Amino acid sequence: MQKLLLLGDEAIAQAAIDAGLSGVYAYPGTPSTEITEYIQNNKIAEQRGIHSEWSTNEKTAMESALGMSYAGKRTMVCMKHVGLNVAADTFMNAAITGANGGLLMVVADDPSMHSSQNEQDSRYFADFALIPVFEPSNQQEAYDMIYSGFSFSEKYQTPVMIRITTRMAHSRAAVATKPMIEQNQISLPGDLRQFVLLPSIARRNYKQLISKQDIFEDASEISTFNSYFEGSDKSIGIIACGIAFNYFAENFEVGEIPYSYVKVAQYPIPKKLIQQLYASCDKILILEEGYPLIEKFIKGFHSDPKIIGRLDGTLPRDGELNPNLVGKALGKKLITQETVSTFVVQRPPALCPGCGHIDVFNALNEVLAAYSPGRVFSDIGCYTLAALPPLNAINSCVDMGASITMAKGASDAGLQPAVAFIGDSTFTHSGMTGLLDCVYEKTPITIIISDNATTGMTGGQSSHAENRLFQICEGLGVEKEHIRTFNPLKKNHAEAVQIIKEELEYHGVSVIIPQRECVRTLERTHKAK
Amino acid sequence: MKTDIILAGVGGQGILSIAAVIGSAALTKNLNIKQSEVHGMSQRGGEVYSHLRISDQTIASDLIPLGGADLIIAVEPLESLRYLTYLKPEAWLIANSKSFINITNYPDEEKIFEEIRRYKNHILIDAEDIAKKIKTARSSNMVMVGAAAPFMNLTVEELENGIRSIFESKGEEIVSINIESFRKGRDFSLTNR
Ligand SMILES: Cc1ncc(C[n+]2csc(CCOP(=O)(O)OP(=O)(O)O)c2C)c(N)n1
Ligand code: SF4
Repeated sequence: MQKLLLLGDEAIAQAAIDAGLSGVYAYPGTPSTEITEYIQNNKIAEQRGIHSEWSTNEKTAMESALGMSYAGKRTMVCMKHVGLNVAADTFMNAAITGANGGLLMVVADDPSMHSSQNEQDSRYFADFALIPVFEPSNQQEAYDMIYSGFSFSEKYQTPVMIRITTRMAHSRAAVATKPMIEQNQISLPGDLRQFVLLPSIARRNYKQLISKQDIFEDASEISTFNSYFEGSDKSIGIIACGIAFNYFAENFEVGEIPYSYVKVAQYPIPKKLIQQLYASCDKILILEEGYPLIEKFIKGFHSDPKIIGRLDGTLPRDGELNPNLVGKALGKKLITQETVSTFVVQRPPALCPGCGHIDVFNALNEVLAAYSPGRVFSDIGCYTLAALPPLNAINSCVDMGASITMAKGASDAGLQPAVAFIGDSTFTHSGMTGLLDCVYEKTPITIIISDNATTGMTGGQSSHAENRLFQICEGLGVEKEHIRTFNPLKKNHAEAVQIIKEELEYHGVSVIIPQRECVRTLERTHKAK
Repeated sequence: MKTDIILAGVGGQGILSIAAVIGSAALTKNLNIKQSEVHGMSQRGGEVYSHLRISDQTIASDLIPLGGADLIIAVEPLESLRYLTYLKPEAWLIANSKSFINITNYPDEEKIFEEIRRYKNHILIDAEDIAKKIKTARSSNMVMVGAAAPFMNLTVEELENGIRSIFESKGEEIVSINIESFRKGRDFSLTNR
């Protein structure tokens, strides 16, 4: 046994390596990125030939993981919460196929939206798919859940969700590791049609999945990750899920919690433990990081007044929890003496000085000044920061790929010229299919793929376009003379303006590809040399 | 024994190197550690912080409660004021006076210094200037560790070993520059506290 100081993300990665992982599949996304990066940089993972290359998007990642599970090996797929929307088709259907080799789906939620468009709670997805969830409350538990999770998945032949949140992912603590397990040999499912979801087979598999629900529930009731504590004070009982348990415990000296509580870290919800708590306490306070999922279940249709939490205002309805919010819900007084002066202004994130996106926006803004405002549909990446001053250059950012298709819809509605602004990584993630729609209909649209040769926003991971954007667009059917490239530098400003101007005037599909490497990744390669 | 520290700065200023040194020193003493970091979007020049908790007992929360911190170490003056509500009574505020101005509405520097000085237990130090006199501005974060050293439950030796283990791979010269920076920072606090 070894003790390592690891981020929650790294504990997950280390546990997977130790538990005989054969491949991790992922697309970067805060706060999940460091899981895959840890495996990519790990010597033992390399020696063991563990697959860790980035996937094009979360759906391709999840499908590849499912294929590896089919082949009988242990595999893990990692993503941020909104990535699960992209992979949802696979996710829902993988619950029906079931797993062969251990299949863990790690989803990192971002309550309070530190780096995200929403704060959706992935536990809902798991409930929807009828699969078990592990939700660690600390780094050691994260390690232990992954380590034992593969055999759990294999034993019950089911994919398992590991749900973490930002603070779990990005907080470090000492983790004790376990012995290294050999990887599985290839072994196909006993029934070679288990993964063929023809209606007749899918109906059979679905019945099996339903019949497993009681088994999953029994596993939750006796799981060592879930626990019941009998306190002396019965005025209130606490249900604390995942990391919320720590915020609860923080309000008491070590070993001096007066209340009864149920700590929930494995789902389906351990009903019996909760019923026992409900029966013995006057009120029940529910602490969940994310949506009030358990609270809604228990409070039910009759709005049981005994249940308090996010729904009745005892805790805020949105945003992440912390020790103070939980303390307040427990009736503790907040003690702070200091205040923060009003002149301490926010310091919002911004594009790096020298970033190529800035030069592209400067040219675009200049050309668009001739038109009425509100025509730039952007995507998600560093360039989204152009929504803020001084650039004030974009009018939408919804989900990966939506720039092209939203611009298409607006163009169809008559808003012409309509501009889409997208990065290279987002384009290969989800932009190519939208471009094909435009080509198919010859939609008047100007698409700018600002190519910095990396996935910048999440820290500079490799990007699958690999300098082939011109060929990809040509292959998808864009006319060659309307695929334009330039190098976004100050000295090329006039050229950039001219190109954008010409293509905005063209009544058809144009793609403009400014190409200059991200200054951050450039700096990094220079340093490495 | 328990020390709760808030590290503050701007994305890209490398506050995590401070956390790494203090964390490494605490680990060799077999203390428990929890260290919450900010990754992602704010690293792009936004405000960043880290909660570093060290204790000989189990640590529950990854986040320090308001009114619970023993120390703020800020590598930038404006950032030093952002987390004051986290301080315990009698806690210490260690602030670098070298500002990082990447916003157009950055407040008047004198006003910021005045506010720092208003807080009784403060150290306001020009870490960059001290680091430059040793070699380059690069080691100013270790000047900050030194400036905070008298207010932590860790000895000089433990912290210097922490610096050594973090910078070891970069060669003996880098190690000694950083240790000297640490010592100069500590001297400053001992004479100016
Ligand atoms: C479905 C989904 N997956 C992942 C993310 C996280 N994410 C946001 S932007 C981005 C990458 C953007 O790369 P690119 O478009 O090349 O732009 P750059 O940041 O390099 O400018 C990622 C991975 C997300 N928001 N949604
Ligand atoms: S990380 Fe790269 S792409 Fe993102 S803002 Fe900085 S230079 Fe631009």
